[in-house]
Amino acid sequence: MAAEHQINAGFMPLFDSAVLVAAKEIGFAAREGVDLTLSRETSWANIRDRIAIGHFDLAHMLGPMPIACNLGLTPLASDTIVPFSLGLGGNCVTVSNTLWAGMAAHGALPDLNPARAGKALGALIRERANAGRDPLRFAVVHPHSGHNYELRYWLAACGIDPSREIEIVIVPPPFMADALAAGRIDGYCAGEPWNSASVVAGTGHIATVKATIWKTSPEKVVGVRNAWAERHPEALSALLRALHHAARWCQDPANRGELAALMAQPSFLGLSPALQMPILSGHLQLGGGAERTVEDFFLPFDKAANFPWKSHALWFYTQMVRWGHVAHTPENLAIALDCYRPDLYRSALKPLGVALPGANSKVEGALASATPVGSAGASLVLGPDGFFDGQIFDPDEVDAYIAMQKLARAEA
Amino acid sequence: MIRKSLTVLVIDENHIRASIIEAGLREAGHEQVTVVHDVAGIARRIAEIEPDVIVIDLENPNRDMLENMFQLSRVVKRPIAMFVDRSDQASIEAAVEAGVSAYVVDGLRQERVKPILDMAISRFNAFSRMARELEEARSELEDRKVIDRAKGILMRSRGLSEDAAYALLRKTAMNQNRKISEIAQSLVTAAGLLDPGES
Repeated sequence: MAAEHQINAGFMPLFDSAVLVAAKEIGFAAREGVDLTLSRETSWANIRDRIAIGHFDLAHMLGPMPIACNLGLTPLASDTIVPFSLGLGGNCVTVSNTLWAGMAAHGALPDLNPARAGKALGALIRERANAGRDPLRFAVVHPHSGHNYELRYWLAACGIDPSREIEIVIVPPPFMADALAAGRIDGYCAGEPWNSASVVAGTGHIATVKATIWKTSPEKVVGVRNAWAERHPEALSALLRALHHAARWCQDPANRGELAALMAQPSFLGLSPALQMPILSGHLQLGGGAERTVEDFFLPFDKAANFPWKSHALWFYTQMVRWGHVAHTPENLAIALDCYRPDLYRSALKPLGVALPGANSKVEGALASATPVGSAGASLVLGPDGFFDGQIFDPDEVDAYIAMQKLARAEA
Repeated sequence: MIRKSLTVLVIDENHIRASIIEAGLREAGHEQVTVVHDVAGIARRIAEIEPDVIVIDLENPNRDMLENMFQLSRVVKRPIAMFVDRSDQASIEAAVEAGVSAYVVDGLRQERVKPILDMAISRFNAFSRMARELEEARSELEDRKVIDRAKGILMRSRGLSEDAAYALLRKTAMNQNRKISEIAQSLVTAAGLLDPGES
């Protein structure tokens, strides 16, 4: 039987493309009548350009990337919407063994505690500055990425100005471990398996993780060309249902072995299944024999991981403003607000009777513990979702949040 | 008014392809062409060269890094944007299909850069065609070798003439709806198993 819908999608070789990969390879897409073609890409720029010109209907994208596209921050303008999130968490900050030794000398412990690690890093940075040494160089995968914003948030909250006291460069994820080993960078923030890759190689140490900087924080999304979505609402709904089932399958511990083997294939990540296991189990080797299990390290499905919260988009927007990527204006705020589309998620999944949140936005950082929330028909648990510095982001108070961060920076 | 000729930087890890593009640009009258294969230290090179146009291979995973560098505008004093006009979808599509992307210094008029991108696209396509033909020629040669060996086996073991051996291979291939080279390979493999001295 011929599939009802043909969909072309791009992805980057990162573990958090797993939901898209599983939708295709385990057959969830076919079951919804979708013939899903996946193309592996070599850069986020390619993904963005191919969406813009219609080669891809949708793609695995960095959470802030569609917002940046719609704000006109990218060379090719395109109207991109986000009806589905691919997961929460999953990133780490990995540093070279030399830098880790320096941080340890200033009190850092192999416990992933972001406040302690950040304090030690700050002390080391000032010691280096006093000695007249070059600033440390950190890499992230893209300027408009969760990685860039969480690294900066972490550093700033620890009293380090990421724009002045360190250098931040862009390195493609598969090159991170090599760049660190070669001494071209001192540390990086990237998704898995590119942190474990450095630990296994014996050249890096995981200093902290996204899931401790901001618990259950947003990461990759499905970015969809708006013009395509408007022309093919049924295809999009069918795909969202397929992704929902695929995400549930990815979350199930019983499927970890199969998923790790699938992602290890040369056409996806091309790295051994053993390297895929830390992200699935949350059990990380940190380097130097230390290990740690992180709760909610990566969530492809649980805790409403696939719901495109408008508060996530707005938080990314506040960080774009904070770091000078865009001016804060009512027009820009409206663009950011319109980018994530929980309405499309709801209308596609409502017929399945799955748990849907009662609101489209939430106060980020307000839940100190896992909390059942009111939702239509089924139970849904959210949180804990705190920022490590105890701050709260209220999406109704964007102006105040931006002003507070600007003030904090001026005082630093 | 005399138009200053444009300074073009080609970033391509593939040496052969890069030289094909460079030759094309020189033929088209662009004298100031620089080719860079390795993006290490690219910032300094760009500062030295001060290119008007940068042509880059889409398969280069460092595109994100390069774009960010352009946007930071530390080495290139003026901002750089993708050259193709935002409304010119067909042009962008052709560039992406071919595997080439171009960036220009903001403000440079599109009609001046278009011929460069068109040239790069056609050279990229020519290179892909050449690479494909080379691959085909190589596999054809391999096929011919294995068919010759299979013919030899048939001639010796069944006392056939060369023509008859070939005809038998062809007939078997047709009956099984497979390629002659596949039948020949099976025969060579089987012969090797039966008589290790044969292969």
